[in-house]
Amino acid sequence: MNPRRKKRLAIVLAILLGIGSTIGLMIYALGQNMDLFYTPTELVQGKPDGSKPHVGQRLRIGGMVVEGSVKRDSESLRVTFELHDVGPKVTVFYDGILPDLFREGQGIVAQGVLVDATTIEAFEVLAKHDEEYMPPEVAEAMEKTHTPLNYSDQQKQGSSQ
Amino acid sequence: MIAELGHFALIISLAMAVLLSILPLVGASKNNTALMNSARPLSWAMFLLLAFSFCILLWAFYTNDFTVSYVANNSNTQLPWYYRLTAVWGAHEGSLLLWVLIQAGWTVAVATFSRGMPQESVARVLAVMGLISVGFLLFIILTSNPFLRTLPFFPVDGRDLNPLLQDPGLIIHPPMLYMGYVGFSVAFSFAIASLMTGRLDTAWARWSRPWTTAAWLFLTLGIALGSWWAYYELGWGGWWFWDPVENASFMPWLAGTALMHSLAVTEKRGTFKAWTVLLAISAFSLSLLGTFLVRSGILVSVHAFASDPSRGMFILGFLVFVIGGSLLLFAVKGAAVRVRGNFDLVSRENALLTNNILLMAALVVVLVGTLLPLVHKQIGLGSVSIGAPFFDMLFAWLMIPFSFVLGIGPLIRWKRDNLSSLAKPMAVSAVISIVLAGLFNWIFSDYFVFMTYLGWLMAMWIVVLHCFELYERATHRHSFFTGVRKLQRSHWAMMFGHIGLAVSIIGIAMVQTHSIERDVRLAPGDNFQLEEYNFYFSALRDKDGPNYDGYIADFEITLDGKYINTLHAEKRFYRTARSMMTEAAIDRSLTRDLYVAMGDRLDDNKSWAIRIYYKPFVNWIWAGSIIMSLGGAIAISDRRYRFRKNANKQEA
Repeated sequence: MNPRRKKRLAIVLAILLGIGSTIGLMIYALGQNMDLFYTPTELVQGKPDGSKPHVGQRLRIGGMVVEGSVKRDSESLRVTFELHDVGPKVTVFYDGILPDLFREGQGIVAQGVLVDATTIEAFEVLAKHDEEYMPPEVAEAMEKTHTPLNYSDQQKQGSSQ
Repeated sequence: MIAELGHFALIISLAMAVLLSILPLVGASKNNTALMNSARPLSWAMFLLLAFSFCILLWAFYTNDFTVSYVANNSNTQLPWYYRLTAVWGAHEGSLLLWVLIQAGWTVAVATFSRGMPQESVARVLAVMGLISVGFLLFIILTSNPFLRTLPFFPVDGRDLNPLLQDPGLIIHPPMLYMGYVGFSVAFSFAIASLMTGRLDTAWARWSRPWTTAAWLFLTLGIALGSWWAYYELGWGGWWFWDPVENASFMPWLAGTALMHSLAVTEKRGTFKAWTVLLAISAFSLSLLGTFLVRSGILVSVHAFASDPSRGMFILGFLVFVIGGSLLLFAVKGAAVRVRGNFDLVSRENALLTNNILLMAALVVVLVGTLLPLVHKQIGLGSVSIGAPFFDMLFAWLMIPFSFVLGIGPLIRWKRDNLSSLAKPMAVSAVISIVLAGLFNWIFSDYFVFMTYLGWLMAMWIVVLHCFELYERATHRHSFFTGVRKLQRSHWAMMFGHIGLAVSIIGIAMVQTHSIERDVRLAPGDNFQLEEYNFYFSALRDKDGPNYDGYIADFEITLDGKYINTLHAEKRFYRTARSMMTEAAIDRSLTRDLYVAMGDRLDDNKSWAIRIYYKPFVNWIWAGSIIMSLGGAIAISDRRYRFRKNANKQEA
């Protein structure tokens, strides 16, 4: 090989190496940080393809907060509440401050780790800054598997506090 | 009646835009001076009509004209007048009108400040910009008309502006951001115009440089403002969430940064032409992609406006037209502008190319992270979310080679250099950086985290080498102080840009690893100790605003018994919008922020959930972006980029 070809080969190899390692790193990072979304029903009964999350898996769950299920510890900020769509309920534990729009009967999305079959330790709870908002993931998942669940007019009015 | 005038003006300006996108192009190809000369007056007509239309919308908001449905949906009589005016860009329709107004503003700016350019190029550039305006004006008129009426049953009062947006930061954040997004359309138009003729010389690069820098400057400020706003307004003390919409603004920024640097090479060395054109196309295409992602409602985000499938489809079509069309043009004509670069492995060209590629790699990371959840869902694998650690980790890795090359880049000569001549300054700088990084790390943090040290090391490496470069450059011919004063503005621009990045890196490294965040339960009269700071919850009082009911919690902060500040954290309930808002209170200083935000009132009706955060060096992140934009401003002010009459003669 003449020197020029050699140089060219070196450059091509360097670029391939760079692209390869970037893609490799990216796939590795993706594998670590991709969280699947479940509804409470899917969590309990499995997704349509039968897959269920295993204990210890990171996931996102979206549903409506069950009326009357929010309980706070009297000493700390530890809070538990139940989520449902139309089927079974799951319990969510959370340590911290709930978002401003968190309310019973409101649709929320929580991100956390599955600690047993129906319990999630959340590290983040999201509710959107819009009264009529239902996380699209929740609305869609509900529509797909069950009869759609909509906000009642009273909920759309908001609470009177 | 007045609203109809606005609508009418909008339609006429569309007609002007259509003419602008056709006549000058025909003129340029037929070499007809009269047609080419029509570009400037047409741009002005388009701009003035849009400005008129925009003023009418402002007026509708100011006078609470709730017969206009956009006003009724986004304003309220209780809203203070300044927020009524800024409510114009508080939602989809108005912000698009602002967008297209700014687009017309840039068109007029190009028309005004390009007298030194050949008539034919001006005509082509303005025509391409007109074409972009046509797309957006059609979009507004067909799918998102802000002047639609609610008649005959109009509401007595409006639904109020989203409370999140009732904040001074939001008055300027969207216009800044749009200035940046749309500004890239200038670089795009220059690139397309030059592809049309197949002529892409250094004069072209020289003309488009200040425009690109200006767009980049606004985008930098816009993003920094948005991040700063999120930090104090969202009430959870984060400064960047890798939210899809933030990503949508970050991607054009990355492409724009690469474009600025690649343009420099094209101007100074006449190489990288095809690459520069490609970057110009991608910077603007990414701005459009951002618009598509935000406006189509396919994303779940704090920014997502009410979605309407027809809007999404329209933008998607426009996106395909712009990207497809420009890439097709590039494929056909791109070969004509390509030149074989003539430079060695160790050369400033290669250093710039390396960092350009790293910027593109970062861009790909953001793109994948933003679009993968969408793709994943569309192909039926279920919805997923990609967490912030994905981005954090990949950016940390990419920053290492990036800052290494950034440090030595300015020292390397164009075309050809020897590594051996660089070895000594590099070794000395490495030692100094390692020591300084260790020292600062030791002073400013109580415990050692490798990532923080790495951040300091990268920043110190950049700073030390740039100081060395400045010294070298200044003492090249003169004594240091005479030499420093003789440095060109573009040199200072580079200094500011790079040092600004180093400052931001320090801020990010510190705040990501050394923040302390505590959510606590406190009642008035309670104390909370965070490290050496004591927070005393002294009182809770009522404070109602014009359109909300609120509480204020007063916190007295002491450091080892010494009084520092009293913070007033607020909680507001906006009556019309029926939503709760948190107004965080922050004690700012150079090396740390103390951040207090109220959560909700707890069951015993006495205590509150309170967030108390300690954020070291967080202000450095924004300070760094301001320094960077200052660099941009200096670059634009460099006299070499003024459009002079004789600019052509010199080039020829």
